[in-house]
Amino acid sequence: MSTTPAAPNTPTTPTTPTAPARDADRPASAEGPGPGPGAGRSRKGVRGSTLSFWIFTGPFLVGLVIFVYIPIGWSAWLSFFEARYTVTPDKFIGLDNYRLMLTNGDFTGSLVTFTVFAAIIVPVTWALSLGLALMVHRLRFMKAFFRSVFFLPTACSFVAASLIWKMSLFSGVRFGMMNTVLGWFGVENIAWLANPNPPWYWLVIVTVRLWLQAGFYMILFLAALQNIPPVLYEAAAIDGARPGWQTFRHITLPQLRATSTAVILLLLVAAYQAFDEFFNLLAKTTWGRPPLVELYYTALGEDQDYGAGSAGAVILTLLICMVTLLQGRFLGFGKGEDSR
Amino acid sequence: MTTVIPNRKGGRRGVLGSAGLYFATAVCALLFLVPFYLIVRNALSTDAEITGENWQWFPTDIQWGNVTELFDDPTVPFGRSLGNSAVVGILHTLGTLLVCSLAGYGLARIPYRHANKIFYAVLVTLMVPAAVTFVPSFVLVSSLGWVSSMQGLIVPGLFSGFTCFLFRQYFLGFPKELEEAARVDGLGYWGAYWRIVVPNSLNFFAAIATITFISGWNAFLWPLVIGQDQEAWTVQVALSSYMTNQTVNFHLIFMATAVSILPLVLVFLFLQRWLVQGVAQTGIKG
Repeated sequence: MSTTPAAPNTPTTPTTPTAPARDADRPASAEGPGPGPGAGRSRKGVRGSTLSFWIFTGPFLVGLVIFVYIPIGWSAWLSFFEARYTVTPDKFIGLDNYRLMLTNGDFTGSLVTFTVFAAIIVPVTWALSLGLALMVHRLRFMKAFFRSVFFLPTACSFVAASLIWKMSLFSGVRFGMMNTVLGWFGVENIAWLANPNPPWYWLVIVTVRLWLQAGFYMILFLAALQNIPPVLYEAAAIDGARPGWQTFRHITLPQLRATSTAVILLLLVAAYQAFDEFFNLLAKTTWGRPPLVELYYTALGEDQDYGAGSAGAVILTLLICMVTLLQGRFLGFGKGEDSR
Repeated sequence: MTTVIPNRKGGRRGVLGSAGLYFATAVCALLFLVPFYLIVRNALSTDAEITGENWQWFPTDIQWGNVTELFDDPTVPFGRSLGNSAVVGILHTLGTLLVCSLAGYGLARIPYRHANKIFYAVLVTLMVPAAVTFVPSFVLVSSLGWVSSMQGLIVPGLFSGFTCFLFRQYFLGFPKELEEAARVDGLGYWGAYWRIVVPNSLNFFAAIATITFISGWNAFLWPLVIGQDQEAWTVQVALSSYMTNQTVNFHLIFMATAVSILPLVLVFLFLQRWLVQGVAQTGIKG
């Protein structure tokens, strides 16, 4: 559901070590068949807590099954059927929907679009949010003020931001702010969104997301910066390391490793789910469509092809799981201390 | 400020460096504020001023009338969509807090043989990116007859595996002694939860509530899919409709944007401390 927080994957790994804690709580005799004197009491205790467990978790689990598990299963099922305008199809067509989607230039093109997008937005956002955090961290006064300024765009929705970007900042006509400013330097009006060649629309798309997200990740970096023990810098100073690039390279950056990894993962996941700004900025154009926009038009557009849309969703899910796992492998996510 | 590196060269260099730092920060801050400035400038201008050949930094005559014009505009039911967003945002937040905190507590604290397996079943749903399931979720919700309804907008979003996970992690760190004292006094899990655990966790609840509300208010894809009638539009869908409309009324569009952002900006300014804490603690995005 799009209303859930859009950053699910990160903290999964660090939890595993906590499991034994709960096992320790469990009465040891709970599963033992022995009819000892305490057995009746402890079994009753366990039954009592079993009931409590279901009272607490039951509503959530029922909802999870209905609104998450069933849709996923239904989607997987639909993807093997010819399902146009209907969600209860009867014509089994095997892998045809998958073949259709994988040979569909628009869909594969959307995967390429995403790859380009992620390759730009992830490193740029990482660098900008880290840079802002370093700046704000070093301020002596007005720290809270500047932190607020950089964080405030997080309050805006992608829709609102797209609107400002499309209709005022990067409007293709003379009164757009960008074109006005460029006009002072004698640059002709640029049609930012109306022309894929040259692809100025990337500048618009990337800056929207940068503006909206950078402050959020800056907060994560700020929290991590505050946790670096000052002793490290003092020791480095005694060893003759000059403040600046040297200490940054050898102390700050390694100390931020866990947070950096988490931020990169969050950025990737968020980039995969990109929909709002592409949909609103490039609605009627055929270029620059990421997978979700493409799927939206496939399943809910004129064709209402739920089968092909579902096949696309399955392909996308598999792809995301693969990237997530690979990324966890390469960056060693979850090793060492986590970002919290 | 303990981590500030002592500048041993001191003196002029330090003053210059810090002036440079402030200059760079201020320039970045100005760039970050430009879009806000554009919203306010355009919202209070006439169309002629917005689209005029000569760039004007400020509207010559502030158009407060744009506010009433926005709410009287018959083509987009903006007031209604604001109301919908408020209702959806509040119920979404309350529901998520209730359902997910209970589940998180159950998973963290109540011994049950299969609790581990259930927890992993919750974690697996985090692997499937939420937005990818919108096609099948739409199919399901439409077969329930919930398209363009409040329950269609709210209910499917309540069961956030991620929020449940956050609550579980939080409750694992909650001091056990407090609950044990309550149990000794004869309270069950339920009583201990409501009388001891919740009242002592209000900070965490507030942080999660703020973040959930923001994500609910700013959500676009799901409300777009579900809100097929204008009656069920949220404020984001209404905003988006301005961009595809045939007639472009710039001043109305920007007034609508300003009004849609205002509640959250206020939330940000007033709950700043909780928000920053919550984000730093959880690392989630609204």
